[in-house]
Amino acid sequence: MKENLMKHISEKSPWQDMTPGGIVLGGGNSVDVRTGDWRTVSPKFHADKCRQCLLCFPVCPDSSIPVVDGKRLDFDYDHCKGCGICAAVCPFGAITFGEEEQA
Amino acid sequence: MSRRDRLSGNEAVANAIRQINPDVIAAFPITPSTEIPQYVSLFKAEGKIDTEFVTVESEHSAISATAGAEAAGVRAMTATSSAGFALMHEMLYVVASDRLPVVMAVVNRALTGPININNDHSDSMGSRDCGWMQLYSENAQEAYDNMLMAHRIAEDPEVLLPIMICQDGFITSHAVENIVLEDDETAKAFVGEYKPEHFLLNPGKPVAYGPYGVSPYYMELKRTQTEAMNHAAAVIQKVSKAYGDLTGRYYDLIERYRMDDAELACVCIGSSAGTGKAAVDVLREQGIKAGLVKIRAFRPFPGDEIADALKHVEAVAIMDKTDSFSGNGGPLGAEVRSALYQHKCKAETINYVYGLGGRDVRVEDFYQIFRQLEDIADGEEAPAWRYIGVRER
Repeated sequence: MKENLMKHISEKSPWQDMTPGGIVLGGGNSVDVRTGDWRTVSPKFHADKCRQCLLCFPVCPDSSIPVVDGKRLDFDYDHCKGCGICAAVCPFGAITFGEEEQA
Repeated sequence: MSRRDRLSGNEAVANAIRQINPDVIAAFPITPSTEIPQYVSLFKAEGKIDTEFVTVESEHSAISATAGAEAAGVRAMTATSSAGFALMHEMLYVVASDRLPVVMAVVNRALTGPININNDHSDSMGSRDCGWMQLYSENAQEAYDNMLMAHRIAEDPEVLLPIMICQDGFITSHAVENIVLEDDETAKAFVGEYKPEHFLLNPGKPVAYGPYGVSPYYMELKRTQTEAMNHAAAVIQKVSKAYGDLTGRYYDLIERYRMDDAELACVCIGSSAGTGKAAVDVLREQGIKAGLVKIRAFRPFPGDEIADALKHVEAVAIMDKTDSFSGNGGPLGAEVRSALYQHKCKAETINYVYGLGGRDVRVEDFYQIFRQLEDIADGEEAPAWRYIGVRER
């Protein structure tokens, strides 16, 4: 994992700590922004029903379905915004979606 | 060796740009600034500069391309006037908040309504709160000198703000004057190389410009902008001193003309200062203690310096070449009065709106203004603001 060059700046930081023009230092650091807290409705992964067809991970707009060695793992809830597309494409009922599924 | 030449204000600024040799210019023609990019494109065709000249389809695109180039890590410039300036309005705020030290040549022209191509200050005054520095020039020499100082001011690490170098449309931009040009080597050495700390085309140190400023950050970022403007005044003075030491032509945030013992004074911006100085000289011969304060830097606003210059004056006329349509006078009037109040100055004030849409302001108009100031100093009641040079029944 890359060093987060912005970690010294938070919503509590005084103005003197801001970067000039609010520029974001470093690249590939959107992973450091936890967009998962925008989520109001959540998907839930049921591994016992999953056949590893992998229809779900390419449709995820936020790359929040990690795939390792050809198999999908549980959701990355730090970045899943709860759009529900994965639940809609799953042919096997392995992804349920709703407020009661909050992770 | 410097050399004397006879040039219009636009030619003078174009020659400064030739000497600066910026990496990118993106511009769209509009009267009366059209000649600036036109001359620059000629210099390019003649091989005198290696600037990338981007012919864009609008002024919104001109300032956007300029901003993109500057963020990429190079010196980028543009030029505009009036409606073109107004079309840039949205992006001017973006350039300032991104802290991109863009330099723009502004040739002041009235904003449309009714359409008019002649000079007043309604274009740049309309964007006075966009976060750019603004230097105004009295004549072609000052336009040239201000342009050669612009990059060192804007690119100072304590500032990092964009700057407009303004001159009056036609009056300065098209009138041919005798001016002194520095030789190319001297000018280039003074301007120096641009070495930004952060920029986009820097593979080893990636950055992102223009992120979304959510509420927990927006106000802190605005505070950094105003801090940069707080530093700008001292940097303008420092760079102007260095330029004066090099060329013998010294500038400050304001110019005090015969102000040492002045009892009556005019405050104005741009080419009118030359007319006003001629009037002051004649009035002085008549024993009237007249003086003039010329605003060179309007942003940052030199409130302390203006109040200091006017602290012993009995009556002052503040002259706006634009109307705020506030029912309360123009922007210079409002800001000068604010500075005078802050410093508990005792001078009586009157705010004149003059010279709109190219209406000539003559030495005789300044005589009339100083006569009014004499009356005000003698205790006569006068309106807080009024027009001068307008036909009245």
